[in-house]
Amino acid sequence: MSIVRGNTDEPAWVRRLLILIAITFMALFLLLPLVLVFYCAFEEGLTTYWEALTDRRTLRAIGVTLLTIGIAVPLNVFFGIVAAWCLGKFNFRGKSLLISLIDLPFAVSPVIAGLLFVILFGMHSVLGEWLWSTFGIRILHSTTATVLATMFVTFPFVTRELLPIMQTQGTEEELAARVLGANGIQIFFRVTLPNIKWALLYGVVLCNARAMGEFGAVNVVSHGGKNNTLSLLIYETYQSDLVAAFAVSTLLALMAIVTLVLKTLIEMRTARKEGRSV
Amino acid sequence: MSIEVQNITKSFGNFLALNDVSLYIKSGELVALLGPSGSGKTTLLRIIAGLEEADEGSGPILFNNRNMKDSKIGDRGVGFVFQHYALFRHMTVFENVAFGLRVRPRTTRPDNGEIRRRVLELLRLVQLDTQADRYPHQLSGGQRQRVALARALAVEPQVLLLDEPFGALDAKVRVELRQWLRRLHDEIHLTSVFVTHDQDEALELADRVAVMNAGKIEQFATPNEVFHKPATEFVMNFLGSVNKFRGQVADGKVRLGEQFIMDVPENTEEAKLFVRPHELQISHTKVPNSFNLRAVITRIHSAGARVRVDLETHSGDAMTAEMTHSRLSELNLENGQDVYIVPSNIHVFGADEHAIEE
Amino acid sequence: MFRRQKRVLPGFRLTMGLTLVYLSFLVLIPFAGLILTVGGMSWEEYWAGVTSPRVLAAFRLTFGASFCAAMINAVFGFIVAWVLVRYRFPFRRLVDAMVDLPFAMPTAVSGVALLALFKRLGNALDVKIIFTEWGLLLALTFIGLPFVVRTLQPAIEDVEKELEEVSASLGANRWQTFCRVIFPSLRPALFTGFAMAFARALGEYGSVVFIAGTAMPIVSIEIAKNLQGNEEDMMIAVAIATTMLVASFLILFCINFIQFWMNRRYMETN
Repeated sequence: MSIVRGNTDEPAWVRRLLILIAITFMALFLLLPLVLVFYCAFEEGLTTYWEALTDRRTLRAIGVTLLTIGIAVPLNVFFGIVAAWCLGKFNFRGKSLLISLIDLPFAVSPVIAGLLFVILFGMHSVLGEWLWSTFGIRILHSTTATVLATMFVTFPFVTRELLPIMQTQGTEEELAARVLGANGIQIFFRVTLPNIKWALLYGVVLCNARAMGEFGAVNVVSHGGKNNTLSLLIYETYQSDLVAAFAVSTLLALMAIVTLVLKTLIEMRTARKEGRSV
Repeated sequence: MSIEVQNITKSFGNFLALNDVSLYIKSGELVALLGPSGSGKTTLLRIIAGLEEADEGSGPILFNNRNMKDSKIGDRGVGFVFQHYALFRHMTVFENVAFGLRVRPRTTRPDNGEIRRRVLELLRLVQLDTQADRYPHQLSGGQRQRVALARALAVEPQVLLLDEPFGALDAKVRVELRQWLRRLHDEIHLTSVFVTHDQDEALELADRVAVMNAGKIEQFATPNEVFHKPATEFVMNFLGSVNKFRGQVADGKVRLGEQFIMDVPENTEEAKLFVRPHELQISHTKVPNSFNLRAVITRIHSAGARVRVDLETHSGDAMTAEMTHSRLSELNLENGQDVYIVPSNIHVFGADEHAIEE
Repeated sequence: MFRRQKRVLPGFRLTMGLTLVYLSFLVLIPFAGLILTVGGMSWEEYWAGVTSPRVLAAFRLTFGASFCAAMINAVFGFIVAWVLVRYRFPFRRLVDAMVDLPFAMPTAVSGVALLALFKRLGNALDVKIIFTEWGLLLALTFIGLPFVVRTLQPAIEDVEKELEEVSASLGANRWQTFCRVIFPSLRPALFTGFAMAFARALGEYGSVVFIAGTAMPIVSIEIAKNLQGNEEDMMIAVAIATTMLVASFLILFCINFIQFWMNRRYMETN
């Protein structure tokens, strides 16, 4: 589709120059690093690549990563929907404060997110000491800490995607369903969910991507070794065994690409539904 | 400055917005382009302005016989006013009006004092000199449109083009503003073209009206002529409601019932007869030497300046008549009454939808 | 009455309760822990923690590099956003999707990817990029780009075509129209994007630790390093972190304030 702009458009050479700058910048800065990850991973042949992937440490890291997203994502999705319902369908005092609090993890550097949990569960803290002396549990440096830090960092994604759409859609349809005798669960599954499903999917995709790849926060609360996630494994191996680091990176990079593809598909779908051309 | 466009065609994809349109506007004239949405009126205006380019093969666009087809909008000397004002919202009223002077090349740019003098003069002209330091969002719709007009006039255009200038305003403000615009035009005599879909606006304001439909100009004439002598069926329909009658054509004569209406060329096969509601008389008795049709009154709408009476003929056709309140009480009409309807003026159109002149 | 009407829908208490409980466990209690820890520090302790030469150097470098990276992004992000919204060219959708790559890519992967890129680039151009300020700057630019592009895109789409046409009809050339009409209306969005990229760069850890190594003084790396140490080191980490939190809240406040101010000044009030 071409926009008819008559002679209120830039001269053709300016247009071409700007397009060239944009594409060059993007290619150098975004595409090239991505390509290099795959190039470097396969540089020493398929066998090396495969060995690096099936290494015991890698398999364990995959396990820890899957466990982490397996706990963090469902919990955050559930509570994200709950929070979005509460914030999107009702008005109450302190609502904007609550929204800000839910957004808080986004405003915090990952390292500082990790720091929060180190302080909370560290051996110098009251809670950490008490847990250790009473139950003999150490949370810091355990997989629990990894999961908690991941949950913290990915908490806002679902609510943040759902809230705008739920607010613009208002409560008319839900109220109509209520008047027709539907209960809360029925209203949610039959009226609300169909309206928000794409935004929800989008939120889940983003939440999952971040949970899978979180590095800063997890690095601070984890001790490495057998609790390594894939991200941490990359960090641990990149100085000693660069090819292994790249091999592991390809897994996460693939996940990133899938995320982008899904995101684009979802956007195209919503755009089509709204009758816009893409 | 006169404006002439010749054989303009413009299509957007498969949609033919303008189909071989020609138009000549005299210097100092105020012309309305009137038509439903999609009739091509705005496209024609934008082509005159230079905001849109006509298709290959279209004729010239002449301003005082100078071809402007390849000139950019900034070089045509046109002032353009948009329906939604298009004011620069980060500038004050003063800066909005001054914009066209400030962007001139240094050699022709007036100095600040001169700009100030001219802007304030224009703001006085549009009666907004007290609002110079306000921002657009602090003004009412009517005020905003007057700022847009002052801004367009600041560059001393040869031609003023207005795209639905009153479309976004409340009904009351709209009437006030169009009377004001007419007075302004009488004062400065700038060749002006405005687009509207509101027939009252076009008929009241313009010197001549171009009625457009489906990319063509159906009729270009004075408001009086357009209303009383519509050239085509479309114009007839667009400028008010009509009652349709089936006429009979035989031997070069059109008849309605027994009554002879007019002579037509021998080869005419079909004639459509239209009667405006105010040209349809109601009578309790048969009127001699006229076409009379029996009808039943179905409803009387008397809340308004004039009374509208809905009727149904015995063959089931719906008819509408319009009259004054005094006429209504004279006739003493009631719902369900059986009456005669008598057309006092009949417009006749041929199969090609063009009016057949007597 | 308004309130009661809204509450016709079920689930307010339940969802509110669940949200508060979850939020408390995940966010409020950890933050309370931080505030308690900071509250337990004396002013001297705090001041000594954030004014040691290395930490000061880290502040200087991090703020400086983040600012420069955000500036670079403001320029190139503007071009990218403009081109994506206004022009049609082959692979436009692909380029558009690629903008989000730094969002979607785990920071560790970005780290090694940029490492590989800069190594090769450095070798080719015979300059040292890795473990230098240049590497840091480039890495911070990489992660900040989407913020500028994604905040500018809707703003550019919203620029009314009529404004440009009216400007042209008043005799302005394209450059004047851009400077006087288009750019002023994009300024708030550009500033917001800039501030978001800046804030993100300030806290960035993942990709930076690969590019800059642990030797260079960078705030997030200093925090992480000090967290591994003894209690005293940890207090230093807390002091630095608190300072950074205050800084990022100030930036957020600025963003909100600018938007609020812009809305009040130029937008429809009703």
